Amino acid sequence: MNVTLYTPGAGLAGGILIGLSAVLLLASAGRIAGCSGIFRKLLTLNFTDDSAWRAIFIAGLLIGAYVAGPHAANAQNLSFVGLPALVIGGVLVGFGTALAHGCTSGHGICGLARFSMRSLVATCTFMVVAIITVFITRHVLGG
Amino acid sequence: MMMRLSVLISGVLFGVGLAVSGMVNPAKILNFLDLTGNFDPTLIFVMGGGLLTALIGYRFVLKRKRPLFEDRFHLPTAKDIDLKLVGGSALFGLGWGITGFCPGPALASLVYGQWQSIVFVIAMAAGALLAKLVPQQN
Repeated sequence: MNVTLYTPGAGLAGGILIGLSAVLLLASAGRIAGCSGIFRKLLTLNFTDDSAWRAIFIAGLLIGAYVAGPHAANAQNLSFVGLPALVIGGVLVGFGTALAHGCTSGHGICGLARFSMRSLVATCTFMVVAIITVFITRHVLGG
Repeated sequence: MMMRLSVLISGVLFGVGLAVSGMVNPAKILNFLDLTGNFDPTLIFVMGGGLLTALIGYRFVLKRKRPLFEDRFHLPTAKDIDLKLVGGSALFGLGWGITGFCPGPALASLVYGQWQSIVFVIAMAAGALLAKLVPQQN
C-alpha cells in the first residue's frame, strides 16, 4: 500500500535546507530548532517574549511549506492513517516528545550536531521503536 | 526586529525543507520505517543532509561568544540518561511508527488543508499538556 518514490536528491536538498534553518536559528537567536519544544512551549496562556519567537518560527514553517508545496512533487498526494490511529499516535507523539524533551529535529538533527549523548540515546530509541512498530502494524497485524 | 526576521527566515527554510524532502507526507515516513516492505530510504538523506549541515554550521556558530541578536545561547543543559528520556523517546517512536508524523512535518502539513493534519496536531497538543502531569522528579 502507498508506494512512495525514492527521491534521494530532493531528500538531500530538503535536509540541507533544514540544517541551514537550524544553523541560522542558533546563529541569530541562540535557539535550538526543535519543533516539539517550540510548539509545546507555545501551549500556554501567558504570552511572553519567549512565546513570540516560537510563534514566529512556526509561522515561518507554515509559510515555507505553503509556498513550496505546489512546487514539491513530494508534498503532493499526502496519505494518512485512519482516525483512531491518528488520535492515539498524536497523543503518544506529544506526550513522548515532551518527556524526552525533543523529537526528530531537536534530538535527531540539532542534538546530534552538538554531540549530545542524550540526543544519541533518544534518536536511537525512537528510530528502533518506530521501525519495530511499522513492522508489527504492517507485517504482523497486516494493517 | 532583526532577531525576529531571522527567526522567520529560519522557519521558512525549515518549512520549505520539509515540503521539498517530502517529510510532510506520512506515507513517505512509514515506507522509510518499513525496512522489509515498500522501503523508501529518502529519510536517510534528509536526516543526513540536515545533520551534516548543522554539524558544520554549529562548529562556526558556537565558536562565537553569543548569537548575533541575543545575549546568550539557549542550549539544553541536561546530561542524564534517565527513564523520561528513554521512555519518552520510545513512546514518541511508537506514535511516529503508528502515524508517520513527527511534530515538524505534522505542523507544516496543516497548510495543505487536510483534516487529518488538524486531528493529529490537536492530539499532539493534548499529549504534550498531559505530560505536564508527570512529576518533574525522575
